[in-house]
Amino acid sequence: MVYSLFSVVSIIGASPRRPDGLAKVAGQTRYGDDLEFPGLWFGATLRSPLAHARIDGVGWRGGRAPENAVLVTAADLRALGASNGVQLLDDSWPILADGVAHHVGEAVALVAAPSRQAARAVLAEIDAEYTSLAPVLDLSEADRHPPLYALNLAAGDVEQAFAGADLVVCGEYRTGLQEHIYIECQAMTAWFDEHGTVHAVGSMQCPYYVHKAFTHALGLPDGKVRIAASAVGGGFGGKEDYPSMIGLHAALLARASGHPVRLAYDRHEDIVGTTKRHPSVIRHRTAVDRQGRLIAMDIDLVLDGGAYRTLSPVVLSRAILHATGPYRVPHVRVRGRVLRTNTPPNGAFRGFGVPQAAFAVERHMDAIADEVRLSPYQIRALNVVEPGDRLPTGQVLDDTTCARECLERAAARTRFEDRWRERRGVGISLYFHGCGFTGSGEQKMKSPVTARLLADGRIEILTAMTDMGQGCAIVFPQIAAEAARVEFDDIVFAPPDTALVPNSGPTVASRTTMIVGGLIDRVVRELREKVEKGTATFLRDSTNGDSPRFRDLARAYIDAHGPLEITVHHNPPAWQTFDETTYQGSAYPTYAWGCDVVEVDVDPDTYDVRARYALAVCDVGRAIHPTLCKGQIEGGTLQAIGFATIEEIKMEDGRYLNDRLATYLIPTIKDSPMIEVELLEKQFDGGPFGAKGIGELPMDGAAPAVVGAIENATGIAVDEIPATPERIFAAASRKSAG
Amino acid sequence: MTSYTFIVNGIERTIEGAPMERLLDALRERLHLIGTKEGCGEGECGACTVLLDGVPVLSCLVPLCQCEGRHVQTVEGIAGAARSFLDRFVDSGGVQCGACTPGIIVTAWALLNRHERPSRAEAQEALAGNLCRCTGYEGILRAICGGGDAP
Repeated sequence: MVYSLFSVVSIIGASPRRPDGLAKVAGQTRYGDDLEFPGLWFGATLRSPLAHARIDGVGWRGGRAPENAVLVTAADLRALGASNGVQLLDDSWPILADGVAHHVGEAVALVAAPSRQAARAVLAEIDAEYTSLAPVLDLSEADRHPPLYALNLAAGDVEQAFAGADLVVCGEYRTGLQEHIYIECQAMTAWFDEHGTVHAVGSMQCPYYVHKAFTHALGLPDGKVRIAASAVGGGFGGKEDYPSMIGLHAALLARASGHPVRLAYDRHEDIVGTTKRHPSVIRHRTAVDRQGRLIAMDIDLVLDGGAYRTLSPVVLSRAILHATGPYRVPHVRVRGRVLRTNTPPNGAFRGFGVPQAAFAVERHMDAIADEVRLSPYQIRALNVVEPGDRLPTGQVLDDTTCARECLERAAARTRFEDRWRERRGVGISLYFHGCGFTGSGEQKMKSPVTARLLADGRIEILTAMTDMGQGCAIVFPQIAAEAARVEFDDIVFAPPDTALVPNSGPTVASRTTMIVGGLIDRVVRELREKVEKGTATFLRDSTNGDSPRFRDLARAYIDAHGPLEITVHHNPPAWQTFDETTYQGSAYPTYAWGCDVVEVDVDPDTYDVRARYALAVCDVGRAIHPTLCKGQIEGGTLQAIGFATIEEIKMEDGRYLNDRLATYLIPTIKDSPMIEVELLEKQFDGGPFGAKGIGELPMDGAAPAVVGAIENATGIAVDEIPATPERIFAAASRKSAG
Repeated sequence: MTSYTFIVNGIERTIEGAPMERLLDALRERLHLIGTKEGCGEGECGACTVLLDGVPVLSCLVPLCQCEGRHVQTVEGIAGAARSFLDRFVDSGGVQCGACTPGIIVTAWALLNRHERPSRAEAQEALAGNLCRCTGYEGILRAICGGGDAP
């Protein structure tokens, strides 16, 4: 592919400086709680102390409102005619608990006052009375009730395959709650203007999700809601679903008070109030032949959804679609369900169900290897998918499928086989991640992206994507400049503000570079072509062989033809169809692939685990910006190591026990191993310049590799993460008890 | 209310406040120095790090009454002098979302003033109190320790 007709050096694959970088390092960037507004009030939230309770009453103590304070409860929503549900996939998640609270931390009432301190003070003036009801806190009890959602996946004839199997290997694997710990806590400011339009600005991944939630709840037309993202201090999925909630809370307080109102959570409230990664219990039963080839997989996959459905159905969908791992399995049955418990709702978190599914299948592959006396590398090399193989959905894998190459490269570079036999504490995992929305998601959205000529001849590009650190603020301009064959300076990006940009979808699902970047590539090429055609005469008359600057051409075009604006929509290729009832077809346009090798030290007395080295070999299609691309993989790998080792939320009566940063631990720079990244680039025709989506991929791999490394070091197989010293000790005790 | 006078980024400031008001709030809300971030409010994350008489401290744990007559440097005050380090920090991939970044810049700057070229272990020791959730710390270490990719 040769695109660089005018510039000698391609900007794709270079690592130019991100435009938001210097402001961030100099402390000039304004995040959600850094914005200043005249007349700003602050909100605070009263939350249920009980996991399941009837709300008998809530109001000002003694029935008298303090001066300069407002209170909003579910009754006020009814009086306003507002709809008490946060619209995501459905609107079953209440904005404020009405009559019954279904989890600890559920918002019961909101107050606002002229300062942060005053808001905290008036919150103490609210009385709420509850009658405790019996909560469902245990997954096995929850499994006796209807699930929040259920999905199955099947291929071949599982029963027959098991009947004739040489060997059947069973295992049960568990993962726990994980909190995002974006360093910037949730913050949102809302106000109503003199035309009755409601505005909200703050930290979010998906301005149009918030927009939809506002129009739905407040009964306003599209044009009466304006949502804009501030700088976003980390998201990881945690600012996909919850900003709609906190945004609506701020809007209700703004309506009640007549002031702009900000809700800015401190860390404690952020942990208590917002969604987490779903805990999982995944049971594998696998038929294998004597050589260790996989014949059939029967998988029961359970996620704890918490009290409300939020985005759980699509998390479950992605989990079951990745449940068999990157392996050839002719016969497959996956039964998946999300159960309802009286715990805070779980939602979107980088990986979206895949880290749980990958932990289970990868640990299970190690267990199978042990049964058939192969190494973890050998069992994977024997079963890994190749181009042309079929996934359980029937999707034929394209020729960018390179799981084997990732595996071979990672094993060779780390001398995995030798070191595993020497019991140096090494583990390996092989993983994949579907790029973009699952199933027909992209078909339904038909995301638009717009490009237009500005009067000075620059190109303005309009998308709804937010840069939460991943770097679309530089990757998009790289794609646009290269595709339009213009200088960086010739491109401007509109801010993600629903009054300005079209709904190009949410900044989620590893779709930003591949899907929206692809649309930018298309729209600027169309724009360039149109400008060139419309200025053929100008070109002939006014240049003497030199290539004219694009801005001059663009201005000549505007002079001759007037303004130019083009919108393109995402149209997935005709072959990419998916049947959501049978779960057959191509669930994703393509997949990114990866293999991790992790080395750990385990203290033989305390079972304290320290990862000392991690290698991630990842196929990214094409690295548009290698420094940031590697940065995504380095950061995701460490998040996964934290998930595997120390990140845990303990619960008591449905309440998080360690709900602050002093007790919920994430890896520090001293806990962090040396992380090396090797990029493979199997260019995908459907992505801009061959790029695939990679934001979530690195979250999928490290956890099972860490636990495999612990097993290699100690001989102790842990089936539940985080693999804390207590769990390793318990597994060791079970093992020695026989 | 008591009156406290101290030097912030080279300028003498007088603030009327309660003795136990957090330096973090005084900087952000009274002096509008929003570069100093609150990540946890209890001394765990390092996002609010500033220099107090040249030493990194967590401004969420420092009350105004301890600041009388002292020198406070925030990221805004360091940025001018640290320009080439800031460039390197961005280009090494040390910054993604940027929320932890001001605290890391402040801590790292204090380290670099002691050691021109700290080792990986020295940098890890100095930054042990600064959490970053985006980078896996590798980009930060590349920026501070210099050189190319890790061996």
